[in-house]
Amino acid sequence: MSITYLEAIREAQAKALADDPRVFLYGQDIGSFGGAFKATKNLAKEFPGRVLDSTLSEDAIIGAAIGAAIEGMRPIVEMQYADFSTVGFNQIVNHAATLFWRTETPCPITIRLPSGGTNGSGPFHSQNMESLYAHYPGLVVMTPATVEDAYSMLLEAVAIDDPVIFCEHKYLYYHLKADGLPTEAEPVGKAKIARPGRDVTVVAYSAMVHEALEMARELATEGTEVEVVDLRSVKPLDTDTVLASVARTGRLLAVGESFPWGGVTAEVVARVASAGFGLLDAAPQRLNAKDTPVPFHPNLWGTHRPTARAIAIAVRELLRS
Amino acid sequence: MGIGFGMVQAMVTPATGAGSLKETYLGAYRWMLLARVSEEKYASLYRGGKIHGSVFLGKGQEALSVSIAVNLRKGDIFSPLIRDQAGRLAFGESLLDSTRAYLGSRLGAMRGRDGNIHRGRPRDGYFAMISHLGAMIPAVAGALLARRMKGMTGAVGATTIGEGGTSTGAFHEGVNLAAVEQLPLVIVIANNQYAYSTPASKQFACGDLVDKAAGYGIAGHSVDGTDLAACLETLRKAVGAARDGGGPQMVVASLLRLAGHGEHDDFRYVDPELRRTALGRDCLEAAEAALLEKRWATPKEIAAWRAEAARQVDETVAAVQREPLPNPDEEDWCALSSKRLVDGFTTE
Ligand SMILES: Cc1ncc(C[n+]2csc(CCOP(=O)(O)OP(=O)(O)O)c2C)c(N)n1
Repeated sequence: MSITYLEAIREAQAKALADDPRVFLYGQDIGSFGGAFKATKNLAKEFPGRVLDSTLSEDAIIGAAIGAAIEGMRPIVEMQYADFSTVGFNQIVNHAATLFWRTETPCPITIRLPSGGTNGSGPFHSQNMESLYAHYPGLVVMTPATVEDAYSMLLEAVAIDDPVIFCEHKYLYYHLKADGLPTEAEPVGKAKIARPGRDVTVVAYSAMVHEALEMARELATEGTEVEVVDLRSVKPLDTDTVLASVARTGRLLAVGESFPWGGVTAEVVARVASAGFGLLDAAPQRLNAKDTPVPFHPNLWGTHRPTARAIAIAVRELLRS
Repeated sequence: MGIGFGMVQAMVTPATGAGSLKETYLGAYRWMLLARVSEEKYASLYRGGKIHGSVFLGKGQEALSVSIAVNLRKGDIFSPLIRDQAGRLAFGESLLDSTRAYLGSRLGAMRGRDGNIHRGRPRDGYFAMISHLGAMIPAVAGALLARRMKGMTGAVGATTIGEGGTSTGAFHEGVNLAAVEQLPLVIVIANNQYAYSTPASKQFACGDLVDKAAGYGIAGHSVDGTDLAACLETLRKAVGAARDGGGPQMVVASLLRLAGHGEHDDFRYVDPELRRTALGRDCLEAAEAALLEKRWATPKEIAAWRAEAARQVDETVAAVQREPLPNPDEEDWCALSSKRLVDGFTTE
């Protein structure tokens, strides 16, 4: 059986609904229509009364999920696109993220963000929000890069007693396939070595893991062995696995699809620089999208985001330094 | 009334107030026709893989959309949304500008940076929507507020939204702000019965959306959105009232979206019963029938206008397809107008 990243997300939601009566799904067009990307296909039929079509109101959707969580439920919220979560930003960062710390009442909500760029999607249907949400205390931020992780991490997100921002990459929805669903999984908070190598460490997450792997395959033909670390979750961020890899290679490049100012890659570089300075043979580097909104036309988009080609250039440069 | 930026394309300039009903109707009809024909072309280019991203059509909403624009004048503000091809053209956007946005031409106003329905020329009073629904209402209100501060009077701002978009906080905040400030804002709500797959019954619980106007303390108008004459008359009144100091005007039109949410969508979720009701009437066909009935046009004339619209569209598309596409090496990759404040540091 072959299963896509998107189907894994559907299957995880089906399992969460089947296993736990506290789980319900909430979002725009997710009921009989099955969602804009079909991530909830047939779930309304299979779980009557537990897959609810919302009004077109992100702020209220997140607010309602918080209230339901206070009542002991475990809502999974679908934002139609990650970009629209900004409309619910206040409820996410000021309400959900602060609730437990202020009141000792847990806030177990999962917010699914269909994230990242695809061809022609432009400034408002392409964004990566992980750095923004990771900045706020009180949120867990997951960025699965594989079909297996999409499945197991979404299940873990629902089980966690805190608000989880689940960044699922739209580019991977249909592109990525696996032979089946995993039966066991690495715990969230643990990074993994997606490809071992001794010459340079490339830290990536979400769709950038695949760009990094493509680059690593190409550089392998030239005799360079790149180690690719998949962060899996950006908060918590597994500094130990990153440091252990840098200890082996002496060189670090952190790659992210979000905007370049601050964010996950800056965090990775900062941690390695302060906790592993002595491990480095060269200045640690980072590669992000450009500092403009995400462009509509593919000619521009292809240069705006880091691609295997752009990562290869950065790695070659790093190896020369 | 076209405000005349971009390419001149008007075959008929719709008249405001002064012209006869016949002239206004005929003018509006021809914009509707051009909108329909151009969007059909964009849809076919999209299916052929020639347009990137999404294509959203205003099919069935042309009468409403055009009625807004023909009642606006130079100096007014128009902030359209995804189903306003007719209003955009009638407001003065050239077919060339529109086509360039869809095809990503480097020569267009959007230069491939943004595309399709997100286009606009804000400095000409033609706002460029962001996707986040509701967000344009307070922006138009703010522009009107600024005009008042600058001592400019007599201008009106008009913006459109679907019934789905009325569920946003931004809608509420924007309309309420405009009401409190008594701004000359016309909010046109196209209740086309569905927001993507979500029926209107899952979007609001009041009997009629226009009831909301009373809650905000503003004037409300209801109109059959499939009836061009009714739309022209209702918008004439609403725009006129806003211009004459009557404060914000809410216009609620009833109609049905006759296309998918976007061209990727087969809209199977639309209740077939609904398509057979008066709501499902095609406003363009209805306008044609009315033209014939009133003897304002002959079938031959209508056919000739359609052919003329198709010729214009084909020529424009062919011209734009020869234009250069955006080139990443020639981009400045700078999102600030204050170039001196560019950060300059790159992670590349
Ligand atoms: C704040 C926000 N949330 C979600 C979306 C995604 N979205 C785009 S169009 C649409 C449906 C809009 O329905 P409606 O406002 O009724 O307008 P219509 O498409 O029917 O013209 C949705 C949910 C959006 N654009 N903005």
